[in-house]
Amino acid sequence: MKRCLSRMVLVTAAGVAGLSILFSSASPGKPSPATAQSSVRRLTEAQYRNVIADVFGRNVEVVGRFEPDLRVDGLAAVGSSAVSITPAGLEQYDAIARHIVAQVFSPDNRARLVGCAPGPGDPDGATCAATFIQQTGLRLFRRPLAPWEVRDDVAQTLGSARTLGSFDEGLAATLVGMLTSPSFLFRIDTPARTGPSGMVDGYSKASRLSFLLWNTTPDDALLAAAASGALDRPEGLQAQVDRMLASPRFTDGTRAFFDDFLQLSEIDHLSKDALIYPAFSTSVATATREQTLRTITDLLIDHRGDYRDLFTTRRFAMTRALGPIYDVPVSKPGWSIYEFPEGDPRVGIVTQASLLALHAHPGRTSPTLRGKAIREALLCQQIPAPPANVNFAVVQDVNNPTLKTTRQRLEAHLDDEECASCHKATDGIGLSLEQFDGAGQFRRTEHGIPIDVTGKFDKVAFDGVAKLGQLFHDSPRVSECLVSAVWRYGNGRNVQAGDQSAVDDLHRSFAAHGYRFVDLVRTIALDPAFYTMGAPAARSLTAARTAMSKGKAS
Amino acid sequence: MTNPISRRGFMLRGALGGASVAVGIPILDAFLDTNGTAFAATVGGGRLPVRFGTWFWGCGMIPERWVPQKAGADYDLPPQLAPIKAVQQHVCVLSGFDVMLDGKANLPHISGNTAVRTGESAEAWQGIKAPTFDVLISDAIGSGSYFRALDLSLDGNPQTSYSYRNGSSLNASVPSPLELYEKVFGSDFHDPNNADFKPDPKFMVRKSVLSGVGEQRRALLAKVGAADRARLDQYFTSVREMEDKLALQLQKPPPAQACLRPDAPVPVRGDITDIDVRKANHKLMTRLLGMALACNQTRVFNMNFDTAAAELRRAGDTTGYHQSTHEELVDRTLGYQPTVDKFALGSMEAWADFVQTLSEIPEGAGTLLDNMLVLAHSEVSLAKNHDVSGIPVMLAGRAGGRVKPGLHVKGSGEPVSRIGLTAQQVMGVPVDTWGAGAMRSNRAVDEILV
Repeated sequence: MKRCLSRMVLVTAAGVAGLSILFSSASPGKPSPATAQSSVRRLTEAQYRNVIADVFGRNVEVVGRFEPDLRVDGLAAVGSSAVSITPAGLEQYDAIARHIVAQVFSPDNRARLVGCAPGPGDPDGATCAATFIQQTGLRLFRRPLAPWEVRDDVAQTLGSARTLGSFDEGLAATLVGMLTSPSFLFRIDTPARTGPSGMVDGYSKASRLSFLLWNTTPDDALLAAAASGALDRPEGLQAQVDRMLASPRFTDGTRAFFDDFLQLSEIDHLSKDALIYPAFSTSVATATREQTLRTITDLLIDHRGDYRDLFTTRRFAMTRALGPIYDVPVSKPGWSIYEFPEGDPRVGIVTQASLLALHAHPGRTSPTLRGKAIREALLCQQIPAPPANVNFAVVQDVNNPTLKTTRQRLEAHLDDEECASCHKATDGIGLSLEQFDGAGQFRRTEHGIPIDVTGKFDKVAFDGVAKLGQLFHDSPRVSECLVSAVWRYGNGRNVQAGDQSAVDDLHRSFAAHGYRFVDLVRTIALDPAFYTMGAPAARSLTAARTAMSKGKAS
Repeated sequence: MTNPISRRGFMLRGALGGASVAVGIPILDAFLDTNGTAFAATVGGGRLPVRFGTWFWGCGMIPERWVPQKAGADYDLPPQLAPIKAVQQHVCVLSGFDVMLDGKANLPHISGNTAVRTGESAEAWQGIKAPTFDVLISDAIGSGSYFRALDLSLDGNPQTSYSYRNGSSLNASVPSPLELYEKVFGSDFHDPNNADFKPDPKFMVRKSVLSGVGEQRRALLAKVGAADRARLDQYFTSVREMEDKLALQLQKPPPAQACLRPDAPVPVRGDITDIDVRKANHKLMTRLLGMALACNQTRVFNMNFDTAAAELRRAGDTTGYHQSTHEELVDRTLGYQPTVDKFALGSMEAWADFVQTLSEIPEGAGTLLDNMLVLAHSEVSLAKNHDVSGIPVMLAGRAGGRVKPGLHVKGSGEPVSRIGLTAQQVMGVPVDTWGAGAMRSNRAVDEILV
């Protein structure tokens, strides 16, 4: 049996031409898989939940399973321009909507959320229905309803009310329809009727802005700015952008980006062997996700810090559930910031349990999975799938009498040049994280042997993960990756040849202003290019490689 | 934008005019043999539908311990097939059918699976061009029942599904027995054997509302480019299908002999990746599925016992099934990987259990299984090196008398697409050639056809 297929096959598998290039990349300078511009994006699950909370209040629960989001080159935001809704998916949206609507019309909420009712001045409730439909529709559809839409919905409501013998049941049925409507479930751009051609209209602008900054539907002030035409004027747009960036809701929007960027939703499906990692549980897993997001917003928003410092920070958000994983005492309830001392191996977000546990096996670590995930998410590189015909037996025999540590076993793998080409890229990073076990807990030894945490990143040898964090901090690839990811997140598509210079400019400006995330987002939000109508073009996702592919590297 | 005469307006007037059942609802076609495809033997004057499903397991088998020597009936059962002994009379084994990669790379756990399902290997699920064959079959026979298809997984992850309309349209799974119960036997369930059927006006209203949603189609499609149009059109197709299923709720369902509304399942506690816990949950899920089929709630299903690149494990072991396939040393005395062998055996035990359960539900003169075709497959043969030649496939059931059960057919290197083609033809999909490149074939597996 061959130990490895040839390097040529590896390269072919990556869909990348040329022996020396192992990575395709979504970062500047390298071509990305084609994803054409789209003017229709499906709401992500997080967006749906946020919109419902905004329109009906946080006490209205959203219960049910959503059609899964699709990741294209790591981002669900890009996938949102490629997905539709399947029959089973629509059933789910319908069931979720009925559950929401039942709560809206419950005795507890009705007065606040519906308010009006048929009465002497409005015997069949037509006026009440019209008011409710217009007001709710504006927030749900992110645009005013056309007169015929209101007329049809009122007629529908009254007809249903007669059939069911109840005005409320009739209006509730109409609201379910609004929540299953394409105007709600998809963000559909409308071209501007006046002004420069190729731009979206004021309401579509408001929508883009709101989902970028807050990951939810526009609020009343933003809708008013859309209605008045203020968003079409630079000073009007700037006023809204600054207002929204100053709002605590920008923290929600930033969390949404990093949740997507770091693919933290995968933690929902994470399970660890309870016998091997007794300290790990579902609630711990949930807390690790929250920890990473809070650590990020503490630095980037609360302290307006330098993005690159995420890789060297010792300030970790901490909560009681995570105490056993980090072996630190947590006396305060809720969340607080815990600062690890100088010299402690916990440095930077790559040493947080979220990423460490997510990219490991249920019962042990995987330097390869960790290295691959970091390369792909934080450096925007793609690691090809392993060749089909590899014999791992010698390499990863955990009872091997001479190869006791994961490093020794993996390095045996590197004797083979064909395997080495990829493993050098992944393992050089992943092995430096070996002091963290499959649940993200610190350990000094494996099978009684001290763990060696030397590694190599971009031809630079280093010792220990703190040094790796510094190399990441200083690498332009790390900041370029973030810039292109934020751009792709905002635009819902990959960077294409014609966009490259704009993305390069964005990175220059990001660097010139101290790598402030808030400034990066502000620059995008103020750029007129962010509000152009997507030129419809044939979509080709054939080359897209995603986290949804079913195989996992060992 | 104007909308002078709406379909909804028409429906509404029907409702307001005092009709007890809404106007414009298509006649239930579930038991009308319009295309002569999806119906089996008659019983008590009614015809029995033929159902189709897939059963997926991960990481294949060890060929020398799985492939029978003898072709035809009464085939021998090598050690890994021993678990199916009690149901062998229902099961056809199709061995030696190959995936032709046509020069493409063998992407571990993806190439084989996409090839079996779409007749062409792809390097990522998003890269597939054609729908998977279960979707083609469900397009042909799925519309007459409440659920067009039931996609099921047991790992709590709805993304564990190998059913795709296209590369960006996954049919997500119901990932636990309890969720399946709520979906099928929850508040929308109509017991077909209930004597006093009264159409619930709520369904009429819901249908009418959806009809209004569907009316936006033309105006929206005119607004967007071609790729977006295709996506929105798919959404509107889903709307239409939901209208049709609500219409079904307004008609008295035909009686279903073996239909009994089951009790809510009590999920098995423990690590859902542990193979024993998985088998127990699979048993619960299978019983619910059997009743969903017997109650005519669906005609198409995909049951995923495990993921491709099997995630099954034994609680407490650092190394799971998938890792073992690559890392476990071949035992020199035994001549195979013993841990891998145990997991493969466990998968076959679950498959046997699945077939047994469906064969115990009476229907007409026979059983539910007699009126089904189940296609079981994995994504590789020998997982150790991701071999896609001789990918294991089995069939169960008689498909209403169209399939001869209990045979072993040796594929001898023929393309595995012949099996997908055969399944589609048995289920009445009008297709004479299927697959792409070297996998393109117009030859059914005649040996199993009546």
